[in-house]
Amino acid sequence: MSKLKSSGQQTADAPTPEDAFHEAAALEDHPSAPRGSKADGPVLSADGTPLKRSLNRALRMQKLRALMLIAPLLIFVLVTFIAPIADMLFRSVENQIVSNTLPRTTQALAGWEAEGADSAPPEAAYEALYVDLFLAAEAKEHTRLGTRLNYEETGLSSLFRSSGRDMDDIGEDRIDALEDANEAWEEEGFWYTLMTGGEGAAGNTALLDEQRDRLEALTGDSYAADIGFVPGQAISELLPRTARAYAAFALYTVVEDEDIVAEEEPWERVKIALTQDLRDPATVQALADYDGPGAEELRAAADLSGGFEEIDFKQTFLEIDEDWGNVDNWQTIKMYSPPFTSGYFLNAVDMEKTPDGPALRDEDERIYGLLFNRTLFMSLVITGCCIMLGYPVAWLLANLPMRTANILMILVLLPFWTSLLVRTSAWKVMLQQQGVINDTLVWLGLVDDASRLIMINNQFGTIVAMTHILLPFMILPMYSVMQTIPPSYVRAARSLGATNWTSFWRVYFPQSVPGIGAGSILVFILSIGYYITPEIVGGTTGTFISNRIAYHISSSLNWGLAAALGSILLAVVLILYWAYDKIVGIDNVKLG
Amino acid sequence: MADTDNNDAFVAFERVQKSYDGETLVVKDLNLSMPKGEFLTMLGPSGSGKTTCLMMLAGFETATHGEIRLNGRPINNIPPHKRGIGMVFQNYALFPHMTVAENLSFPLEVRKIGKSDREEKIRRALDMVQMGDFSGRRPAQLSGGQAQRIALARALVFEPELVLMDEPLGALDKQLREHMQFEITNLAHELGITVVYVTHDQTEALTMSDRVAVFDDGRIQQLAAPDTLYESPDNSFVAQFIGENNTLAGTVKEIEGDRCIVELDDGELIDAQPVNVEKPGDRTLISIRPERVETNVERLGENAHTLKAQVAEFIYMGDVFRTRLKVAGKEDFIIKTRNSADQRRLQPGENIEIGWLPQDCRALDAV
Ligand SMILES: Nc1ncnc2c1ncn2[C@@H]1O[C@H](COP(=O)(O)OP(=O)(O)OP(=O)(O)O)[C@@H](O)[C@H]1O
Ligand SMILES: [Mg+2]
Repeated sequence: MSKLKSSGQQTADAPTPEDAFHEAAALEDHPSAPRGSKADGPVLSADGTPLKRSLNRALRMQKLRALMLIAPLLIFVLVTFIAPIADMLFRSVENQIVSNTLPRTTQALAGWEAEGADSAPPEAAYEALYVDLFLAAEAKEHTRLGTRLNYEETGLSSLFRSSGRDMDDIGEDRIDALEDANEAWEEEGFWYTLMTGGEGAAGNTALLDEQRDRLEALTGDSYAADIGFVPGQAISELLPRTARAYAAFALYTVVEDEDIVAEEEPWERVKIALTQDLRDPATVQALADYDGPGAEELRAAADLSGGFEEIDFKQTFLEIDEDWGNVDNWQTIKMYSPPFTSGYFLNAVDMEKTPDGPALRDEDERIYGLLFNRTLFMSLVITGCCIMLGYPVAWLLANLPMRTANILMILVLLPFWTSLLVRTSAWKVMLQQQGVINDTLVWLGLVDDASRLIMINNQFGTIVAMTHILLPFMILPMYSVMQTIPPSYVRAARSLGATNWTSFWRVYFPQSVPGIGAGSILVFILSIGYYITPEIVGGTTGTFISNRIAYHISSSLNWGLAAALGSILLAVVLILYWAYDKIVGIDNVKLG
Repeated sequence: MADTDNNDAFVAFERVQKSYDGETLVVKDLNLSMPKGEFLTMLGPSGSGKTTCLMMLAGFETATHGEIRLNGRPINNIPPHKRGIGMVFQNYALFPHMTVAENLSFPLEVRKIGKSDREEKIRRALDMVQMGDFSGRRPAQLSGGQAQRIALARALVFEPELVLMDEPLGALDKQLREHMQFEITNLAHELGITVVYVTHDQTEALTMSDRVAVFDDGRIQQLAAPDTLYESPDNSFVAQFIGENNTLAGTVKEIEGDRCIVELDDGELIDAQPVNVEKPGDRTLISIRPERVETNVERLGENAHTLKAQVAEFIYMGDVFRTRLKVAGKEDFIIKTRNSADQRRLQPGENIEIGWLPQDCRALDAV
């Protein structure tokens, strides 16, 4: 600065702001340099408290007020946006239905490994299946499980449905024999007294609570009500299976059927449990000392039971449906028994769970990869088309005189005032083979009548219609950014010698990039999840992943898979957003 | 009033008119010619058409009528980028997405100047404005004064012969503005460039320019060197617009060569220099600069004109005293007296006698 400054008269020695600036810069360059007399330690406010703390206190009220102002919106967003997303993320891995419906079976299968086609699970597993499935069938939950498992292995739905129907018939002859020997076994009152252990007997609430939890898990209902029944302590030690089965029966009768336990004849399952309990030699021994209600009848029944043949559950199930012998089915049950599963996600990326870990599906079963790729590709094309078509319009909007610009703006916004459905249907009219465009082309002789263009129900149709629909979302952010670019930049460039094109490309365009960025993000994210338009004009080759998600939500009811697909879509958007931030910088995105 | 046309003038406006809307003329009949190397300032109130003139010269607006010549060639049909005119904008218009060096490199790149040449020129231009260390900064990281220097350097880096500046110092604080005024005038003289400078700060115009064109209502009211402009304003607009001015309304009684007699509205007769009054009976505004009014009338000599006045207010301003007087029925007659040892401080209410030399008293048109 010295040269010019010394030639000026007034400012010869006076410090200028520039000098101060240089001094400040010099200080910054050498942070170790002394900065005057600044004391060490925290700065104190007038009353001696650290300045930071009193500042925080002062700001707290302000923050609270701000928080209160945004509270309604915050709550709204939490309820309508965050919560559904969280629920979706949860659903995409949640798989408690198997362990809730078949708790004992999954336990019994824990130690079982399939080796080869005929290594069917042990008898215990079949017995457990009977216990679980009987209860599930009573509660009518077995079909739900069947539907769920059918997603993984076709055929399981009908297997469960038909088997559930036959559960009552298992061990029929035993029950008949029991009831023939003593009619007391058909009497609800007798059963009730037997299982409570009579007036004033000690109750086993632990067992009741255990069954409560089990039924709650199974049905999703609340079983907290007082059911007017508590299994006797003595009897539940003597006949554990029977007590459990009866407790479940009692709970279900009161809560679901709204009946009184003492007036209902127990399920077949309870009687089977009794005969099984009574075949246990230890029980028979303990029975000799038992003197609660029904002791006589029990001893008689024990004698009778000794003569029963062992129930071969495996055989029984195979007779109901020979698919119960299929190792694959059992493997599926085992594979999906943990409460959380990656199955939906694997499914969503065209993979499946196998005993040897995840594997790609067969070539002809893969659809989601294709759909994801198509969705991304077409969204990119649509975004590109929107940029190409929208940029000149936005430029015009920003540079035309006010009045003309307003008219143009109305034209841009016009599509927003028409229903989305109407606009999409209009494209159908335009693009179809007997539609306006084809008719015109044929009339002009550009296209032969026999070879009319196919422009709808394919990717072309989707791209055209969606570009049209999303165009305003591209134009508006671009416009608002371009509006802030003063015309003096282009003028400066031109006065510096740049041609129209150079000053546009090197000066105007770079400054409008944030608008393009904002518009692109908006359009891309909107189109990646678009549903209605591809559904109407997309045919089979122009549909998006969202159409598949919608299908799973409303038709196949495979919400888990829909959630997994949705989560992947969400992840893709977030990754792209992150990548965009890395490459372009999100502060370069301006919506206005 | 305006310069006569001159075919060897470097820049010439000839009967130029401009209208934006086809209804009103923003520039009415502009005639102006500048020799090479001149520093000319366009000064005028807001909306008087200064920027419009500059834009027509730069090529961003086309003249509705008339001709603009640069170096003898009509430039009406040459696009802006071929005119080779450097321009400094009011908001600097530094490209925000380029560094300082890239900004300076831009005009050189579009002129296809080789890399090493470019670097050399950029370095020289930055040194010229003492901003050599800032080449890597972005415009957003510069202070107002620094941005101003860079804008200047960018307008000069491709060595244009004509540089236009539209209120380049408008956004700076007073001290920095004064500092930059010197830098700009010095640079302009050193490089021998021709400058058309727009401002509505009259001090700026007076201190910087070789000549000042005072604009009002789309016309040049006066085009003259700063001292002429101040001391011999052509009309009452210029007299009012430049510096402080006392006016007394009256009617011309007699005109005789460079003397006239004016009867003030309260009946007093005074001598004045006729500037744009033509005949007896014309209404006129007498213009006297506050510092030319003398309170020690003895000092003035024989032919001075004296008047009675009453002191209304006395303002102490350090180097000068500013006194408001009641003169000839007017309450706002200002005089300025130097704070010298022998200068008395006048008391409000005091009755005094004031006077001036007839040549300092100009009879101008009554608006
Ligand atoms: N692009 C335009 N369209 C229409 N009228 C315009 C345009 N630019 C300027 N004007 C009008 O022309 C007149 C002169 O404007 P100009 O910008 O030349 O004034 P100026 O002397 O530079 O004023 P300032 O000191 O405020 O910058 C004003 O009345 C203004 O409203
Ligand atoms: Mg202006």
